Amino acid sequence: MTEKFISIEAIAKRYPGAGGGEIAVFENLWLSMQRGEFGCVIGHSGCGKTTVLNILAGLDAPSAGAVIVDGQAIEGTSLDRAVIFQSHALLPWRTVLGNVAYAVTSKWRDWDRARVRAHAQTFIDLVGLTGAEHKRPSELSGGMKQRVGIARALSITPKIMLMDEPFSALDALTRGTLQDEVRRICLETGQTAFMITHDVDEAIYLADRIFLMTNGPAAVLAEIVENPLPKDRGRTDLHRHPYYYAVRNHIVDFLVSRSKSFATDTPGHDPRNVPVVRIGKPELVIASVADGPLQETKQASWPGLSRPSTSS
Amino acid sequence: MTSSLRLRAAIVSIALFAAFIGVWHIATRGTGAVASMSPEYARLMGLTATAGKSAMPGPLDVGAKLWEHLQRPFYDNGPNDKGLGIQLGYSIARVGLGYLLAVIVAIPLGFLIGMSPLINRALDPFIQILKPISPLAWMPLALYTIKDSGLSAIFVIFICSVWPMLLNTAFGVAAVRKEWINVARTLEVGTLRRAFTVILPAAAPTILTGMRISIGIAWLVIVAAEMLVGGTGIGYFVWNEWNNLSITNVIIAILLIGMVGMLLDQILARFTRMVTFPE
Repeated sequence: MTEKFISIEAIAKRYPGAGGGEIAVFENLWLSMQRGEFGCVIGHSGCGKTTVLNILAGLDAPSAGAVIVDGQAIEGTSLDRAVIFQSHALLPWRTVLGNVAYAVTSKWRDWDRARVRAHAQTFIDLVGLTGAEHKRPSELSGGMKQRVGIARALSITPKIMLMDEPFSALDALTRGTLQDEVRRICLETGQTAFMITHDVDEAIYLADRIFLMTNGPAAVLAEIVENPLPKDRGRTDLHRHPYYYAVRNHIVDFLVSRSKSFATDTPGHDPRNVPVVRIGKPELVIASVADGPLQETKQASWPGLSRPSTSS
Repeated sequence: MTSSLRLRAAIVSIALFAAFIGVWHIATRGTGAVASMSPEYARLMGLTATAGKSAMPGPLDVGAKLWEHLQRPFYDNGPNDKGLGIQLGYSIARVGLGYLLAVIVAIPLGFLIGMSPLINRALDPFIQILKPISPLAWMPLALYTIKDSGLSAIFVIFICSVWPMLLNTAFGVAAVRKEWINVARTLEVGTLRRAFTVILPAAAPTILTGMRISIGIAWLVIVAAEMLVGGTGIGYFVWNEWNNLSITNVIIAILLIGMVGMLLDQILARFTRMVTFPE
């Protein structure tokens, strides 16, 4: 295995349940990511996705286990890990520039006004908000607000960007353009990003690897799907790619049926060695994370498209 | 259409005012000679006995007296005869001092209560018991301990204006949106900076609303407090003029109390608008 930039090790989150017991949202969760990688978590509501992200951000502490980022166990929040909130969370009494500048001064406390301003302006320009610096959040559309959220997160040049369903409150058109922006920025800057989403297409477009989580309580990370689409994929012709539907169907099938029954279907599931799914042209291959030989080949969840080459 | 609505409302207001003054004038005017008496005796008895005039002053009397007061608001002819400006000045100064003390105590304490659930629970029973006590009930205790009637009045103002500010500050601070706090946390903003850059602006509208309620209560209470402590102030003036049986002056004082109260409320309302942010 290559160097792990982020390593989530055996974390659990438990809440006191009714009758004195404890309810575990998830137990013994392992997950790792490399530098510059874009990871997406998909799962149904209540599976603890947001909790995982909050733990990674340091906003929430795990009941057990640890998170290691860049060789250091994290403790609380950090300017190295920027969060883009679902509700954009802009400070409404500050202007666009004021919101970004607030983050900049938080990171570089000794910078003078002009320098902070110039730095903030760079990132406002980057997300395409030039000209709207002096507007207040209430004067902006939902998409523009989220752009400010992205600019604020990027302005502190974090090691990791954490996104909690950042585009779910936006209309489809705005969502599309913002996805393009985020992908462009992440590719240009080599930003490591971790994102939670409900949108399968969003995950396929943005992510290098897609983490599938089963339903909670006691959710587990079931599979890691490696995105077979090329790095230079475009949003408009994504669906024409020969692997696109195979990936998409695999994820949708997981969400529709297997996410419920995964725990009973796979009793031997090892949370440390989550199966990596590589969707190849002829058929779906499930390989173990361990660098051993391929253990089994399994028919893809939608055979019609999984073997297009053999039937022709 | 708003300007026309404004205009129409103004016309109705003026009409109501004119009607009120008219009815007042008619109700209090003289009805002509009611008893025949010698002119010297009549001069002694005054218009109430001779012309059937009501003992209640009419609008013209009040207007004339008000004009007289407005021309020399700051005269000082000794303890029982001071200009209205001086009396109002004393009252405003007492309210200002007591209110300022309340701000100094209530806002930091409210912050503490809002930020710490422990302090909140610990102080809650005391606040619940102290809050409903009429501020004037404190007066004897204040007079006994402070031994100064002027300071006692200020204390009474303090105690009555502290509660709305305290409760509103605590509520505003506790109700700051979690996501804004989380923004500050992810940016590693320290506690003090977070209090001033996130919590204070977010809670400011609620705090100012509490301050506006407080200034209203303080102005209500000062009149009653000054009636008790005596000496100076608009409340004392009202009571003194009642003892002088000068209903005209009492009416003028009532009018001025209303005006100053409105002014204080408007000032706070303006501050509230300044810190309110649209979402």
